[in-house]
Amino acid sequence: MPDAGHRLYVKGRHISHQRAKRNTNPGTSLLQLEGVGSTEAAKFYLGKKVAFVYRASKEIRGSKIRVIWGKVTRTHGNSGVVRAQFRHNLPPKSFGASVRVMLYPSNV
Amino acid sequence: MSGTEPKTKKFGSGERTVPHHTEKAPKYYPAEDIAKPKTVRKSIRPTKLRSSLKPGTVLILLAGRFRGKRVILVNNLDQGVLLVTGPFKVNGVPLRRVNARYVIATSTHVDLGVDKKLVEKISEKDYFTKDKAEKKKGEEAFFKQGEKPEKKQMASGRADDQKSIDKSIIASIKKTPFLASYLSSSFSLKKGDRPHQMTF
Repeated sequence: MPDAGHRLYVKGRHISHQRAKRNTNPGTSLLQLEGVGSTEAAKFYLGKKVAFVYRASKEIRGSKIRVIWGKVTRTHGNSGVVRAQFRHNLPPKSFGASVRVMLYPSNV
Repeated sequence: MSGTEPKTKKFGSGERTVPHHTEKAPKYYPAEDIAKPKTVRKSIRPTKLRSSLKPGTVLILLAGRFRGKRVILVNNLDQGVLLVTGPFKVNGVPLRRVNARYVIATSTHVDLGVDKKLVEKISEKDYFTKDKAEKKKGEEAFFKQGEKPEKKQMASGRADDQKSIDKSIIASIKKTPFLASYLSSSFSLKKGDRPHQMTF
């Protein structure tokens, strides 16, 4: 058996906040998921939990790794981008960073 | 004679019945109506599980200590809780309760052929909950802190239940080639894997 991985999430990229020409709406983030190129494909991920995992300099409860949890709310446009809302808005610094889209809550 | 019967009284040439004083209409009545409690019109409906979750289905656990493991669904408990087993000997997953939303159902099925009475016993509400230990109070508890805490004890019989449940399941697993090694391997996403295109 080839070296088994343990990834149980789909990689996504935080591309932007939802926005207009001049106004941004940081309450909603846009995510581009790996291998998802159409609205139909993106529909599989609706409702799934998303984790933005990052490192901070100060330890909290013995760990420098922190997480902001959110969930996929709906699709966005025709190219498989999805909208997601997080418990705390993702910082603009995280544009381009990868997020983990979990496979739960599962519908399969 | 009991007290609340009406009395007949004679006066002059006639008579009349006088109700007992407790039976009389009250002289006063409350100015405001007595508030009626609202009737609850909601009812607790049993959770409807996905049709793919039938006992005997091989599931993939998505979160928790055993994430990625392939396990066998033994029974549906109420409120979207599933009873699963590894079987323990095959992949180390014990009899366990999991949330139906944290599980992927595969198209693989296994004949359970397990004792229904035993499954019922395990499906009971308090089977997995621990008996509360009597807490030592005050001084005694304070001095006990330094000592080694006692090893957690499983409710006796749990291990036997596990064995007897798994026994028949393992027997039917052995009938299908490669099923045992399939169950002992764990699921994970690799580069280029697209869960939205997969049929599990």
